[in-house]
Amino acid sequence: MELTSTWYLVLAAILFAIGTVGLLVRRNPLVMFMCVELMLNAVNLTFVTFGAELNDIGGEISVFFVLVVAAAEVVVGLAIIVAIMRRRSGTTADDISVLRG
Amino acid sequence: MEQLVELVWLVPAFPLLGFLTLMVIGRRLGEPMAGWIATGAMGASFLAAVVVFIGMVGLDSDDRLTEVDIFDWIVAGDFNVGIGLLADPLSVTMILFITGIATLIHLYSVGYMHGDPNFSKFFIYLNMFAFSMLMLVLGDNLLLTFLGWEGVGACSYFLISFWFSEEANASAGKKAFVTNRVGDFGFMLATFLAFFTYGSIEYGEMASGSIGSSAATAITLLLFVGAAGKSAQFPLYLWLPDAMAGPTPVSALIHAATMVTSGVYLLARVNPIIHEANDWAPSLIAWVGLFTALFAATIALGQDDIKKVLAYSTVSQLGFMVVAVGTGVYVAALFHMITHAFFKALLFLGSGSVIHGMNDDQNMKNYGGLYKYMPVTAGTFLIGWLAIAGIFPFSGFWSKDEILVGIWDNDTVFLNKVLFVLLLVAAGLTAVYMTRLVVLTFFGKPRWRDEVTGEAWVSSDEPLPNRHPHESPWHMTVPLLALAGLAFAGGFINMPFSWGSGDSKNDTKYLEHWLEPSLRWDEYHLQNTGGGMKFVLAIVATVVAAGAIFWAWKQWSDERGGTGPDAPEILSRGWRYDETVSNFMGGPGRKGFEAITSFDRTAIDGVVNKVGDLVRLDGNILRRLQTGLVRSYAVLIGVGAIALMAYFLITGNA
Repeated sequence: MELTSTWYLVLAAILFAIGTVGLLVRRNPLVMFMCVELMLNAVNLTFVTFGAELNDIGGEISVFFVLVVAAAEVVVGLAIIVAIMRRRSGTTADDISVLRG
Repeated sequence: MEQLVELVWLVPAFPLLGFLTLMVIGRRLGEPMAGWIATGAMGASFLAAVVVFIGMVGLDSDDRLTEVDIFDWIVAGDFNVGIGLLADPLSVTMILFITGIATLIHLYSVGYMHGDPNFSKFFIYLNMFAFSMLMLVLGDNLLLTFLGWEGVGACSYFLISFWFSEEANASAGKKAFVTNRVGDFGFMLATFLAFFTYGSIEYGEMASGSIGSSAATAITLLLFVGAAGKSAQFPLYLWLPDAMAGPTPVSALIHAATMVTSGVYLLARVNPIIHEANDWAPSLIAWVGLFTALFAATIALGQDDIKKVLAYSTVSQLGFMVVAVGTGVYVAALFHMITHAFFKALLFLGSGSVIHGMNDDQNMKNYGGLYKYMPVTAGTFLIGWLAIAGIFPFSGFWSKDEILVGIWDNDTVFLNKVLFVLLLVAAGLTAVYMTRLVVLTFFGKPRWRDEVTGEAWVSSDEPLPNRHPHESPWHMTVPLLALAGLAFAGGFINMPFSWGSGDSKNDTKYLEHWLEPSLRWDEYHLQNTGGGMKFVLAIVATVVAAGAIFWAWKQWSDERGGTGPDAPEILSRGWRYDETVSNFMGGPGRKGFEAITSFDRTAIDGVVNKVGDLVRLDGNILRRLQTGLVRSYAVLIGVGAIALMAYFLITGNA
C-alpha cells in the first residue's frame, strides 16, 4: 500500500479534530494549550503535504511562519498560565472569567 | 535693485526674531534691556523696509511687483495657499509707515512702561503685533492676510487688557475681541466666496480674473463687513473707544496708527473686485463711512476723558478714509491713512505724556494751563491739532482736501454733493472737538485737583503738594518731536500742484504716481473739477476749519478757570448706541441666543445623544456574548469557521 497524500491529510484532519475536541472539553489550561498546539501542527502537516504534492516551496515556508508564531505564543501563553497558577492554584479555565461582559 | 526688493522677507523677520528672543529670555533681561531689544528689532525692520523701498524706486514702475514665495502652506486639490510675500508700491508704503511709527512707539514705551512689573511681556506683545501687522500687509493672498488679521486682533486683545487685574480693562479686551469676530466672519465668508468664484484667493489672480458683478458685489460687501470690524465703522465701532483701557502707546500704535487702518488697506488691496461690483456697493461704503465720520465726531464733542476724545476722533477719521475708498479715490484714502497715522500717533503719545505728567488723571476738566509745564508736549500737540483740523500747510489739510475734492467730483456715488457737504460738516466738527481738547488741556487756568485730598487748586502761585505736572523723559519726547515733524510735513508727499503740459507736464503728486502700479485700473481720476474749482474747494475747507477753531476757542477758552459749556448729555453718552446694543444683547438678544442654545442642546445634541443611547442599548444585549469562558469562545470560532466553509462550498467561490 502506497502512502499517498490522502493519508497525510486524513491524519492531519484527525489530529485537528482531536485538538478541537480537547480544547472544547478539557478545563485544565495547560491541556487546552497543548490542544491548540496539536491543532497548529495538524495544519502544519497539511501545509507540508500540499507543498510536496504541488511541488511548491511556499507550503514549507508557511510552516516556518506558523512555528515561529506558535513559539512566540507559547512563551506568552505559558507565562500567563504560570502567573495565574501562582495566584490561584488548581483553577480551571472556566473559573478565569473576570473579563466577562 | 530686484535683489533689494526680494529682501522684503527681512521686514517681518526682525519683529518675529525679537518676539522669539523675548519669549525665551525676556523676563531674565527685564527692564530696560527687553525694551531695547524690541525697539532694536523694530528699528532693523524699518531699515529693511527702507532698503526695500530704495530697491523698488530703482525699478521701472511696471516692474514694481515682486512676489517672494517662502513655502507652500496648504495644498489640497485646487486649493493652493503659499506663504508668499507681495511687495508692490501699496504694501511697501504700508510697511514703511508701520515700521517707522512702530519704532518710535517702541522707543516711547520704554519710558512709558517704566516700572511696570510686566515690562518684558508688554514688548513681547508689541513685537508680535508688529509681526502680525506686517504679515497682514505683505501677504499675497486672502488667507495669509487673514492670519495677520487675526494676529493683530489677538495682540490687540492682550494689550487692551494688559492691566487685566482691573475688571473694566479685562472686559474692554473681551469686547474688542467679540466685536471683531463679527467682522472676521464677513472676511471668512468673503474668502470662501472668492475661492468658489475666482478659484483662487491670491490677489494677483483675483485682479486678473472676472466673475461678474453680482458675485463681486457680494465679496465686496462681505469684505466691507470685515473692514468695518477692524477699521471701527458703524455699527461695529463700539470696541474702539473702550480699547483706550490699554496703555497709551498701545492706543497710539494699534488703535490709531496701524491696526485700525487694516480694513482700509484691505479694501484698497481688493480694488479690482470693488471695481467690478455694482455701483451701489461703493456708494454704500461711502455713505457708511460718512455716517461714521459724523456720528463719531459728534460723540467726541461730549467726552471729558482725553483718550476717549481721541478714540472717537480716530473712528471719525477712519470714516473719512472709508468715504475715500467708496468714492474710488484710493490714493486719497491711503494718503489720509498715512497723515492720520502721523498726527494721531502724535496726539495719542502727547496725551500719554500729559496723563503721565498728571499721574494718570485722564479727565480734561482737571487739566488746564499745562503748556507752561510741558512745553515740548504742548508744542508738538499743537502741531498735531492743526494737522487734524486741516489747517494749511499741515499734513491733514492736504489729505482731507483730496478726499473732499474726490467726493465732489465723482458723480457715480449716490448723492455725492450732499455727501460732500456732510463730510465738510464732519471736518468742521473735527476742528471743534480738537480745539476744545487743546484749550481745556493746555490753556486757561489750571484746574488740577490734589490727588490725596481731591481739593481744587485755587492759588495761582502755590503748587499743590501732591501734584507736580512735569515734562516727560527723552524717550518720550523724541518720538513726539519726530512725529510732529512728520505730522507737519507729511502732506508734502502728495500735493495737487502741476505745471507744464503734454510730455513736459510735471506735478507734485508723488504718492499717486508711486501707487499707480497697484491701483492702475481702478483709481478714480478727477473728471469734472478743474484747477480753479479745486482751489475754491480748498479755500472752503480751510475757512470751515478755521471758523470752527475760532468758534470753539471762544466757546471753551475761559480765563476764570471754567470748563466752558458742556455738550448735550446724549453726546457724552454716545447717542446711547452702546447702551442700546448692551440692552438689546442683554435682553431680547440674550433670549434669542438662549433659544438657539436650547435648540442646540435639545435638537442637535439630542440626535447625537440618541445615537449614543442606541449604541449603548445594542451593546447591552451583545455584551452577554462575552461570557469570559474561553471554551465558549472556541466553540464560536469553530462554528464561524464551519459556517464560512459551508458558504464557500455552497457558492463555489472558494
